[in-house]
Amino acid sequence: MAVSLAGGSGTPRLRLTLLLLMAPALLWLVGLIVLPHLELAVLSLRARVAPRVYEWSLKQYATFIDEPLYWHTFVRTAAMSIFATVCTLALAFPVAWYIAKIARGRAKSILFVLCLIPFWVSETVRTLGWMILLRESGVLPRLLTDFGITEAPVELLYHDATILVGLVYTSMLFMVVPLVSALESLDDSLIEAAYDLGGNGWSILRQIIIPHAAPGIAAGSIVVFMLTLGNYLTPTLLGGKNSLWFTEQIYTQFITRFNWEQGAAFGFLLLILSTAIVWLGLKLTGQQFGDVMRRS
Amino acid sequence: MQQDLEVDGVTKRYGAHVAVDALSLSVAHGSFFSILGPSGCGKTTLLRMVAGFLAPDEGDIRIGGRSMRGVLPNRRPVNMVFQHLALFPMMSVGENVAYGLVRRGAARAEIAKRVDAMLERVGLPGAQDKRVDQLSGGQKQRVAIARSLVLEPTLLLLDEPLGALDLKLREHMKLELKQLQADFGTTFVYITHDQSEALVLSDHVAVMNAGRFEQVGTPQELYYRPASAFVAGFVGANNRVAGKAARIEGDIVDVVTPEGLRVSARASRAIAAGDVVEAFVRPEVLHLARDAAELPATAKAFSGRVESILFDGANSAVLVREEATRTEIRIALPQTGRFADLKVDETVAFGFDPQRAICFRAVDHGG
Repeated sequence: MAVSLAGGSGTPRLRLTLLLLMAPALLWLVGLIVLPHLELAVLSLRARVAPRVYEWSLKQYATFIDEPLYWHTFVRTAAMSIFATVCTLALAFPVAWYIAKIARGRAKSILFVLCLIPFWVSETVRTLGWMILLRESGVLPRLLTDFGITEAPVELLYHDATILVGLVYTSMLFMVVPLVSALESLDDSLIEAAYDLGGNGWSILRQIIIPHAAPGIAAGSIVVFMLTLGNYLTPTLLGGKNSLWFTEQIYTQFITRFNWEQGAAFGFLLLILSTAIVWLGLKLTGQQFGDVMRRS
Repeated sequence: MQQDLEVDGVTKRYGAHVAVDALSLSVAHGSFFSILGPSGCGKTTLLRMVAGFLAPDEGDIRIGGRSMRGVLPNRRPVNMVFQHLALFPMMSVGENVAYGLVRRGAARAEIAKRVDAMLERVGLPGAQDKRVDQLSGGQKQRVAIARSLVLEPTLLLLDEPLGALDLKLREHMKLELKQLQADFGTTFVYITHDQSEALVLSDHVAVMNAGRFEQVGTPQELYYRPASAFVAGFVGANNRVAGKAARIEGDIVDVVTPEGLRVSARASRAIAAGDVVEAFVRPEVLHLARDAAELPATAKAFSGRVESILFDGANSAVLVREEATRTEIRIALPQTGRFADLKVDETVAFGFDPQRAICFRAVDHGG
């Protein structure tokens, strides 16, 4: 609506109305996002030379490059996040297909609610639930020994796979929702027409369904990727000390080391990383960001 | 003559509802066959069974003499033009037409050659690289037909492809469709609820109602010799007069309506005095005159008052209320211009030859 108003004749009165309508959003944007980031940018670009004496410097960024642990964690976080996004997409696609195309009426809304239910519990509790299931004295290792699959209870926590499971679980809904809306808008007769003209399941998926759902896939992937990359709780709780997640490094700098300058630099690096990967992903699949966000 | 499509006692049920009820039909090679019926009569179900999207509960469908039992849609020598055409928006026009050939694994050069030739034949030469949304409604239809015909199917099924078009374009596409069918010589099976489309386009029409065929015949047979009250009422405009058979003389029945109007019509089948009947009189069968003496001798004269004039060039008609019973009758205006000065509320005489009106015994309109 705001767009159509702005595109209108643009009389002063209309412009004032528009400004007032947008004021809460603008305040939120400027006050909570732009200003803190400017502050962080300034922080990241200075170094402490003596107590309470700071000067402009690129030292924080240099530390990141010099210290292998930091950029190793950085690359690992990016790679794991991409992998988690791909896994989420692979799992969510059949679910979304079922909800959008096969389930009817009541079953459809029930399935949607089932996807939503885990989010009624806080993320901490959900993750602790996983810990109860997976820890050495937990439910799953116990069952494995009871059935004689393993001799002694094994520790299922603190593996990369465990982190992935937790991340995928947390992200499912954010992939399913845009996929369902993308698939619902696909006219069934297109699939029938392709089938009628000699297509088979695989070729129809590749040539008709995926191209049609591409904006939904991109939107879901962007959201899931960003959530995963910026997730702190799941990798920390499920991965323990081995998790090596970049958000932990940021946390450590800010809270444990009280090195705000270093933490701010890391924060900015993470922002650049996520922007770069999203941009690259859109470029590789030939999508427009605006188009993707509009369709999601 | 070779039959391209033979449907043999096909039944399809949805729970207790019988959508298609033991239907049989055969369509000769190279003909344009229409299935005409109101929405919900089962015609789409029948078409989808021929295409292979639905399996019949009973009976068999043979295409080109080969039974289609257990043959999937992508393996049938049948292609379908969908109601909203279902062109692939993610592909160019050329890719749309090439789709089926690519799926068959034809050589790249061969595909390009055949797509070129096909687009040329449907009057869209050089449109390969256009996007689907750049085409007009008529061009889209031609691409949809080209996409199917490039595969040289035994049978082309068309599911009301003109339904979504506006009236003017629909008239135009009707002619174009007939022309395309004549050019290609492919057997077309066309379903529609629009009787004018069916009459104009088809060699044969099946009129379908409640899962069964009421009549199968040429458009002329359906129009001049309807086999049932449903066909008489559905195909072409008709005045319906419902009442009781009062007197029978040879094949002429006198029908008396509850209001007391008495008309004579030819009985379609045996009718006994006292039967509940429906008579149908086409607007163009009715003669209109300013003076009862001008009417033909065979016609019984009625008198009425002009209620309204529906001027539509060659399709003009007047609505006349019969004087005594206030029954409304539609009468076609002669093309001579003799009634160009006719006014509302004028008193006119009208009548018709009973041999050209038809009378059916009424059936229960249960479904």
